[in-house]
This record gives sequence, structure tokens and C-alpha cells, in this order.
Amino acid sequence: MTELSKSGAAVGEPVKDSSTPSAFLEVRDLKVHFPTDDGLVKSVDGLSFSLEKGKTLGIVGESGSGKSVTSLGIMGLHTAGQYGKRKAQISGEIWLDGTELLSADPDYVRKLRGREMAMIFQDPLSALHPYYTIGQQIVEAYQIHHKVTKKVARRRAVEMLDRVGIPQPDKRVDSYPHEFSGGMRQRAMIAMSLVNNPELLIADEPTTALDVTVQAQILDLIRDLQKEFGSAVIVITHDLGVVAELSDDILVMYGGRCIERGPAEKVFYEPKHPYTWGLLGSMPRLDREQTERLIPVKGSPPSLINLPSGCAFNPRCSYADVPKDNVTRTVRPELAQVGSQHWAACHMTQEQRDRIWTEEIAPKL
Amino acid sequence: MTTQRTTGRRKQALAAAAVVAALLSTAACGGGNDDDGGGSKSGAAGFNAANNKVAQADLAKKGGTLKYAGAQDADSWDTTRGYYGFMWNFSRYYSRQLVTNATEPGAKGAEVTPDLATSTAKISDDGKTYTYTLRDGSTWEDGKPITSKDVKYGIERVWAQDVLSGGPIYLQQVLDPKKTYKGPYKDKSADKLGLKAIETPDDKTIVFKLPAANSDFEEMLALTSASPVRQDKDTKSKYGLKPFSSGPYKFESYTPNKAMTLVRNPEWKQSSDPVRKAYPDKVTVNFFTNANDMDQRLIKGDYDLDIGQTGLSPQGRTTALKQHKANLDNPVSGYIRYAVFPQSVKPFDNEHCRKAVIYGADHESLQTARGGPVAGGDIGTNMLPPSVPGAEGQDYDPYKSATTNKNGNVAKAKEELKACGQPNGFKTTIAVRNNKPVEVATAESLQASLKKVGIDVEIDQFDGAQTTGIIGAPANVKKKNYGIIIMGWGPDFPSVQGYGLPLWSGDYILESGNNNFALIDDKTIDGLFDSYTKELDDAKKADISKEINHKVSEGGYYLPFVFEKFINWRSSRLANVYTSDGYSGMYDFVNLGLKK
Amino acid sequence: MARGTAAGPRAVLAYLIRRLFAAAVMLVVIILVVFCIFFLVPKWAGVDPAAAFVGKQADPAAIEAVRQKLGLADPIFVQVWEFFKGIFAGRTYAAGGDVTQCAAPCFGYSFRSEQAIWPVLTDRFPVTLALALGAAVLWLIVGVGAGVLSALKRGSLWDRGAMIVALSGVSLPIYFTAMLSLSAFVYGLKWMDGQYVPLADSFTGWLGGMILPWVTLAFLYAAMYARITRATMLEVLGEDYIRTARAKGLTEPVVIGKHAMRSTMTPILTMFGMDFGALIGGAILTETAFSLPGLGQAVLSAIRNQDLPVILGVTLITSLAVIVANLLVDLLYAVIDPRVRLS
Repeated sequence: MTELSKSGAAVGEPVKDSSTPSAFLEVRDLKVHFPTDDGLVKSVDGLSFSLEKGKTLGIVGESGSGKSVTSLGIMGLHTAGQYGKRKAQISGEIWLDGTELLSADPDYVRKLRGREMAMIFQDPLSALHPYYTIGQQIVEAYQIHHKVTKKVARRRAVEMLDRVGIPQPDKRVDSYPHEFSGGMRQRAMIAMSLVNNPELLIADEPTTALDVTVQAQILDLIRDLQKEFGSAVIVITHDLGVVAELSDDILVMYGGRCIERGPAEKVFYEPKHPYTWGLLGSMPRLDREQTERLIPVKGSPPSLINLPSGCAFNPRCSYADVPKDNVTRTVRPELAQVGSQHWAACHMTQEQRDRIWTEEIAPKL
Repeated sequence: MTTQRTTGRRKQALAAAAVVAALLSTAACGGGNDDDGGGSKSGAAGFNAANNKVAQADLAKKGGTLKYAGAQDADSWDTTRGYYGFMWNFSRYYSRQLVTNATEPGAKGAEVTPDLATSTAKISDDGKTYTYTLRDGSTWEDGKPITSKDVKYGIERVWAQDVLSGGPIYLQQVLDPKKTYKGPYKDKSADKLGLKAIETPDDKTIVFKLPAANSDFEEMLALTSASPVRQDKDTKSKYGLKPFSSGPYKFESYTPNKAMTLVRNPEWKQSSDPVRKAYPDKVTVNFFTNANDMDQRLIKGDYDLDIGQTGLSPQGRTTALKQHKANLDNPVSGYIRYAVFPQSVKPFDNEHCRKAVIYGADHESLQTARGGPVAGGDIGTNMLPPSVPGAEGQDYDPYKSATTNKNGNVAKAKEELKACGQPNGFKTTIAVRNNKPVEVATAESLQASLKKVGIDVEIDQFDGAQTTGIIGAPANVKKKNYGIIIMGWGPDFPSVQGYGLPLWSGDYILESGNNNFALIDDKTIDGLFDSYTKELDDAKKADISKEINHKVSEGGYYLPFVFEKFINWRSSRLANVYTSDGYSGMYDFVNLGLKK
Repeated sequence: MARGTAAGPRAVLAYLIRRLFAAAVMLVVIILVVFCIFFLVPKWAGVDPAAAFVGKQADPAAIEAVRQKLGLADPIFVQVWEFFKGIFAGRTYAAGGDVTQCAAPCFGYSFRSEQAIWPVLTDRFPVTLALALGAAVLWLIVGVGAGVLSALKRGSLWDRGAMIVALSGVSLPIYFTAMLSLSAFVYGLKWMDGQYVPLADSFTGWLGGMILPWVTLAFLYAAMYARITRATMLEVLGEDYIRTARAKGLTEPVVIGKHAMRSTMTPILTMFGMDFGALIGGAILTETAFSLPGLGQAVLSAIRNQDLPVILGVTLITSLAVIVANLLVDLLYAVIDPRVRLS
């Protein structure tokens, strides 16, 4: 059985049984592989987590770590409309409110999209259709799932725009995306995603394309809306700061796998994986001046076709030689409990990690 | 990269060409093979059945629509302005003259026969006065009689070159060489008949008074430009859009470059016309832009014959020769295709260098380039076309081009080069029209064979549309170093004068619009032309023609390629078909009939 | 902040006027350039159009008279001015006691065929327009359809087959495909007569004469459009807003037919405007091959006969067609792509 954290986000080892889970969203051993001419790209390779309604999970990682692929996998967007491309290979289980999505009828999943689960994309300028007005796009989203007249749908669109804080919504509803500023566009995008009151909202880098002050506004908006609608929210980002503000739980991905997860305050204040330390180091801090910065995370993300043997992070890890017998380069570390509701996949011992954290990392942050 | 792509494209094009060739031949098979060379089930008269003889004369019936197809419209249908051979031929449908070419096959078709006149001219002893009497009963399309004054007015129009340009001006040159008359439009006299050289004592009599005798004058009167025109119907420059008919047909409709329809002229009476048979009820002409499409439609049977009478295009020719030989004739066109050597360009001022080229040339290869013996013609051995009186054809072959030296004579050529003072050969340029692939092919053949005797030739393809401007100006020819010019020429009327005067007479060397490309300025030749024009006896005229031809040929000014022949199509519907030397081997249009 | 919503009618009108003015200026420039080409170049090349016109037995006096009549003796700007004036006021040509009227709009007068150019153009233009329109409808349907299918079935047998056919369509010269279709269907199978019949005479005859030219011409363009539609569609399918459309739960037909097509058609439409305009002038080969009495055929006969006024007239009218087509595309573009500002 999966052990649930107090916070309601996922914990525990990958579960092999296929019994109906009690969690609202449960992902089990999700694998998303893309065949290419160069070999099999294992974008997500055995990911498990669960999420309750009203809670927020932050998935953090560099680009190419598999976080966006995971979200598209949940939405069923790897299989819909992939014309002529080589089909993505997806395995594992995705349970949403008691139904397994990967084995479900694709049309059933399509009907869930936009209504049960909705998504906010990274760059609202490219994610909104340039030739249709904001209103048209929201109306369309509403009308697919609700048999209502255009007029009703339009009223709903104005209401949503108002709700996400767009001034003069009854006028701006007829504007085109390019006539909006970046923040306004993202608000409109959020309005569109929430128009059907989805139970699950996935926000993929919702603030990356925005400037800092607007970022904060958008994050506030998402948080407020979650409270109001009681949805389950997944926030995907490379910015640990964003999740720290929003999330109940944090899941750190590296090379298509989870390398650390736990309650937000734990992962944020007592991270147990050197990669998480790196992420923390690269996080811009508004609260204080930084005299000495950590080198964020040196090197580049690993090839998803040929992951480094052993710990996938070892070539970039400053502490790869701390564990004995070269184990970091030969044996892949499994997730191990490192605290209450807190898991990490690292060969270093608890003591080694605590020492390095307190002596070397924390003072520099 | 680019090269590769081009190659790829070319390969595709070649492959596609093969497909088309296959399709074309199967398509042709669909038409059925009705050739046996001598009459067929379809009713075609047989190969060469109408060449210099009349085919199926008794099958011609009154009625039907005779359908011409054309790749190019006439220069003008105005009798004064037209110069294209087919226009002269076709104009007999709607226009009569005092005398005209006999409606007889072959050489007889080049003889002059009375038309509006009761007989050929009564010529004064000094050869300077020609008198004709007009026939009774010949009328215009409105029923009014054709008078001697109408004939005079029609001829006077030739003088109005400023308005009616384009046509031949022989009549002006012979009747009024000093151009004292300014043409009817500037004529101050009330009746506009101020030309002194023509007198019309009454409506039936017309008298021509030549300042100097010209033995070809009656030939010139047989030209379309001597047609009568009625003054009150003269629309000047627009006359060609709807000429007022004196013949058996009149214009019903005409859209330039598109189509033309002639219908019967009810006022025309068979009894008044000894020449025209007027078989069909209607004559139509449709103009095409795609010559090959036109040929295919002729073969398919949509049309009866090509108004241009220039022969089938290579593709149509191949199909027709294979499948429909009985519909074809292979007449001599009257054209000689040749290379000419401007004497202003060194070393062609020296006759030995000219002869070196003549001996060095591979005449058979030139003939092949022209299309071979059938489509191209017999190897040209001298400069008088076979249709002209006095011509000897291949019997006169001063350079043995059709026999011993037909593949070139290198030894003889080198000998001539030595005599010319260029023992190691020389360099020169061939000028050839870029829009005539066959002419370019002959230039290439000549280039190849001359290389063997040490004459190094560069080919310059000039804009064929600008022929007159480029090679018609001797100064330009000299400047461009055009030692060899590829051209061709056909007679305006079948006589040594009608063919050779502009080419060989010193008087015809012009600063622009020159046709005497060789710049021949030979007192003997000029003298021979003089005596020709004064000689009224046909046999003696033929002798002089022969002599002129010998002078020109032996001077080595020209390298004749072929006495041109072409492959001409006649539909199986046609009857009373024959070629006429009067119209350069074309079918005689005016008496064509349909079988049904 | 609020950057104005869709352009109001006044903005559209102002835009229209501005574009029309630009088009008029363009046309004047074209007339000047064409004049230079047709009347100056022969001069530089040492070729006398008047002499070429007079013909075989050129008489210097006649050449001079023709030069006067054609107005070739005047300085170029006088010739251009006379031409402009003729368009609005008509023109009278007089020489040697012969007077020729050319009523407005006088786009010149052909002394070869003794016709005013304008009636020739109005007689021929409908044929060319019918050719271009019919072919355009065909190629848009076939080309865009095939392109979309190819994009959706990328890498399939259909896709490869269609693209090979398209490649051959693009690389085969029109003259060639025309001959091929004529040989097969007209001379060979004799399915149709393949000769042009005016629409006023017989609808079925007209259709029978136009069908091969349409198909042949459409083949070339359909091939081009299929390739471009395929490429554009593939690009559009990779766009984020297509993913958004799917994320909303839209069905695939709506995603493709509405969201993807809308973006795919925009560049196609631009290209179509250009092609269609150019086709009015560029159908020479097709018209020649099928002996259609359109503008192209008129200009070809004119080139053969060195009938400069006709060439000039056709060049101008086709330039006008290109300009008008471009203008329409610009306007249409402003309508279909809201990002194009009307300012």
C-alpha cells in the first residue's frame, strides 16, 4: 500500500499492484519513451506519485528532466494527434479519480481534457491561437463540455476574465492574444483553463515567460484560485522558488526519474540530494544579498538515450567520490526514506549528507 | 548542387519525353493505318498524288465548308499590303486581277493566264506598252461592274507606302521608278487617278506605259498587289480587315490572329471568271499558336489543310509519314537554303577562300541537318530554284556537291586555301537566326566539316526576329565579322528577276534592309539582268536566267544546301488538289473542292 | 496598454485608399519601364521598329512615314505622355492622308492588325481569366487537400506517392504536360475535341475545351500547393496552440479543420494571390499549347509579328492584374490575420 504523507502528496516506493487507489491522482511507474533514429529516448522512466484534491505538487527539474513529458502524459497528449511521428511508448498507470487513463478509451480521455483536467502552458503567446480572439478561445473551451449557447458561454468567458483580474473584461474578451501584455495573456490562459472548473490543474512553467513582478501576481492568482475551486494542482517548473511558494509537496526530477521528494518545507530547508542543493543554489533570492554564490549545477543535463551508469547525476556531482568503492558510477541509487515523508536517491550516507549540507552548502545560500 | 539538380531535372525530362513519344505513337495508331502510299480506304489520294498533278479532280462537288488551320495570320489581307506567299494564294478567293497564275499543276501554274482581262497583254514592239480589255460581267460584291478605273486605283495604292506599307513594290519600281506619283491619298485630281503610267480610255480598257521595258511586267500584274480596289470602298489602312470582294467569296468575319470566315459572294458569276471554280460554300481559317497541335488536328481530320503551307512540323511529319502517307505530298518549295559569304568580311573578298568553304562542306550532312532528302530537299548545287524558268536543278553542279564531293573534298579545299593565301586556314564567324533550329543545325554541321580543312568557325546565333536590322545592314555585318550568313530565299514570282535581282544586283546593295548579303556588284551580272528585262522571248529569257545562275554559282558567293522540299498535308476530304509553281509548291487554294 | 481592437471601417478605408494610391503609382512606373524597354532598347540595339514594320521591300520614305505614324520620331517622354493621354482621352493617328481613331480608353493601336489594343484586351481577357479561375479552383481543392492528407499521414505510402507526383508536377514543363494530355485525350482516345468554344456559343463545348487546360495548369500548381501545404501543416501541427486546442478536449477534426487549417491557409492565401495575378500574364504557355485565344496567345502572335503596341498593352494589363491581385491579398491578409495592422 502506498503510504500517504500528511500533506496528501505521494510517498513510498513504486507500487506494482493495479488496485484502484484512493488518491485523487495516482501515477504508478510511468514510463514515456520516444523511439528516434538515434535510439530510445527515455524521457520519463519509472515515475510514481499521487496527489489529493486541494493539494499542490511541485515538479522541479532542468529542461529535459522529464517534467513536461510527465504532464503531457497525464493529459494524454502524447497519443492524441501525433500524425506520422513515431508513436511514443507509454506504460505504467495513471489513475484519475478512480479511472486508469492509459488503458481507457482515447475519446473518454479527450472528454476529460479541459473539463476534469486542464493545463496552463508556459508561453501564453504561442499557446494561444493568434487568429482567434481570447473570447472565442475561451468560449470554445467552454462549449465543448457544456451544451450552452454562445451567449451564455461568452458571459462565462467574461466572468472568468474578470475573475483572473483582467480589467474591462467585457471589452477585452474581443481582443486578440497579441493585443494583450504577457501577464494578461497568462491570466487569460488561466481563465481558459479554469473555465470548466477542472479538478486537476497542471501548470507547466506558468511564470517562466513573465517578468518578476508579474510572476508573483500569477502565482498568487493560482494559489487563490486553487483555494476557491479546491482543485488538485501540479506546478511544473525549473524554479524551486516558485514551488516553494505554491506547493504542499515537491518532487525533484533528474534524467526522467524522481531523485528526491517530500513535503515542501523539508525539501526546501533540508534537501537530501546534491542535485537539489544545486537547484537551491541557482535560485534567485529576493530576501537577502548574496555575497558568495554556489556554482549552480555545473555541466549539462544527461542524454536520455544513454544515461550515465550508476547514479545518473554522478558526472555533475561534486560529491560523487564521497561514497566508497566507486559505487556512484556502478549502482543506481534507489529512493530511500531520509526523513518523515521525505525520500531521496543518493549513495551518500545520512551523516555525510548532513555534514556537507550544514558545513558547505547551507552557509552559502 | 545546382548541377546535380539540373541533371536530375534533365533526366526527368528525358524520361517524360520517352513516355510522350510512346503515347504519341500509340495515339497515332488509334487513328488507324490507312496508308498504302497510293490511295486508300479513307479516300486519300496517295503519296505525291497532288504533287505537280491534279488529284481527284472529278470528285470535287459544290458545297461544304473548307477548313484551313494556320499557325500564323497573314501580314495583311489587304491586297496591296500582303507579302506572305499564302496570302497571295488565298487572296484569289476574294480578289481578281487582270491576269493571274494559271490554275494548273506544277510549272504550268506559274504561267500567266487572263482573269479580268479577256486575254493576256497586247504588248507593243518596244515592250513598253501593255494593253488589256476587261471582260464583261465581272462585278464587285455589291453587283457593280469592275472597271479599268478600279484596276488603276488598286494599283495606285502601291504608291501609298506611307499608309499601306508591307507589300511588294515591283509595280512602282517598273511604272514609276522616280516616284513622281505620291499615291492616291495625296492625289490632287478629282478622280484620284493621277498616275501617268496607266491610262484608262474607257471602263473596259487599261493601258500601261512603262518608261523602260521589263519582260516580267505581266508576272508583276499577276501579283495580288495589282488587284482592283474600289475607291469608295477603300478604308485605307483598315482595308485588310474587310477587303471589298471582286472574287467568288467575301469576308463574313475576321478577327486578326484568331479566325476568319469567307462566304459565297452571290454577285460573282462563274461565266465571268475563266479561272475560279468556287467549289465550297464557305471557307474558314482558324489560327493556332501551337504548330504541333495544329498538325495533330490536321491529321485527326478537324481541318483540311495548313494555310501557311510551310509543311508539317517534325513531330507531325513522323506520325504522318508512318500512318497517313497517302495524305501527303512532297513538293519543291522554290526556296533555296544556303550560306552566303559577304565579300566585305576578309578573307571572303577572295573567291578562293569562298570556294574552300564550298569544297570543305559536307553537303550530305547539311542536307541531313535540313531534314534529309524528303523533308529537307535535294542537295542544292546552284542558285536557281527548280521552279524558275531556266533552272537546271542538279544537272548543273559546278562544285560536284551532289556527286563526287557530296561529303566534302578536303584536298580541293586545301588547294583553294593555298590559292587564297591562307594555306593554314583562317578564322571566321557564322551568323544564324536563333529561332530556326534547323538553320542552327546546318551551322553546326558546317562548323564540323570546316574544322577538317583548318577553317575555324565560331557560331553566332542572333535574334531571328531582328533579322533585317542585324544582317540587313552591311556595316553591321562587317563589324560583327560575319563571314558566313545562313539564310534562304524564295521567288516572289517565278523568274530570275523575281528571285535573284534583290540578291545579286549591284543596284540592290542597301545600307539597311539589304538582301544582297554577298555584296555582289558585278557589271556582267547587272548587264545580264538588263538584257533579261528587255527580252520578250521566253526561250531566250530562260537562256539569260541560266547564264546569270552560272555567273553567280561560279563566283562562289553562295554555298547552297538544298533545293527545299516540304511535306504537305491534304485531308482525305479534299478534291481537285494540286501543287503550283506559281505559289512555290503550295496547293492552289482557289480551286480546292470537297468530296461530299 | 489597450492597443485598440479590430480595425474600424475608417481604418480599412484609409488603408484601402493608401494601397490604391500605391498601386496607381506602381502602374505608372511600370508604364515608364515598359516604354523604355520597348522603345529604347531597339534603339540601342540598332534595330529600327519602323523598318521591321515596313517589311521586305523597305522604302526609306515609307519607313519615315511609319515612324511618324507610330510616333517613334517623338522624344520618349512625348510618347509616354501621348500614351497616358490616350488612355483617358482617346487618340488619333494620322499619316499620309489616313486617319485612325482610337477611342478612350486607348491603350495603343496595332498597325499590324489594324486594331485598337483595348478591344483586343477585352476580347481576350475573359478567356485568360476563365482559364486562371478554373485552374485555381482545381488546384486549391486538389493541392491543399493532398497536402493536408500528406501531412497527417506523414511517411505513409500515400504521403510518399503524393509527394513524388507533386515533384514531377513541379518539375515537368507545362508545355510538356499539355502535349501529353492532348496526345492522350484528344488525339489518342478522342474523349474530347479539346478546342476552344466561346461560352456564349455552347456551355458544354466551352467546358470540353477548357477542361484539359484547367487540369494541366492546375496540375503544376496543385503540385506546388500540395508541397507547401504539407510543409506548412506540419509546422503548424507542431505549434503550441495546437497542443492547447487538444488540451481543451477538442476532437481531432476540429483541431485540424479549424485551428490548424486557419493558420495553414494564411501563407497559402498569400501565395495564391501572387500566383493568380501572375497567372493572368503567365498563362502564355498553357494558352499556346492548347491554342486558347487568351491574352497569352495575343502576346505571342504579337511577338512573332513584332507588334509592339499589343505587347505593351498586354504587359500593362497583366501588370495591372498582378497589382490588383496583390492589393486584394493585402486586404484579405489584414482580415484573416489580426496581427497585421492596418496602419
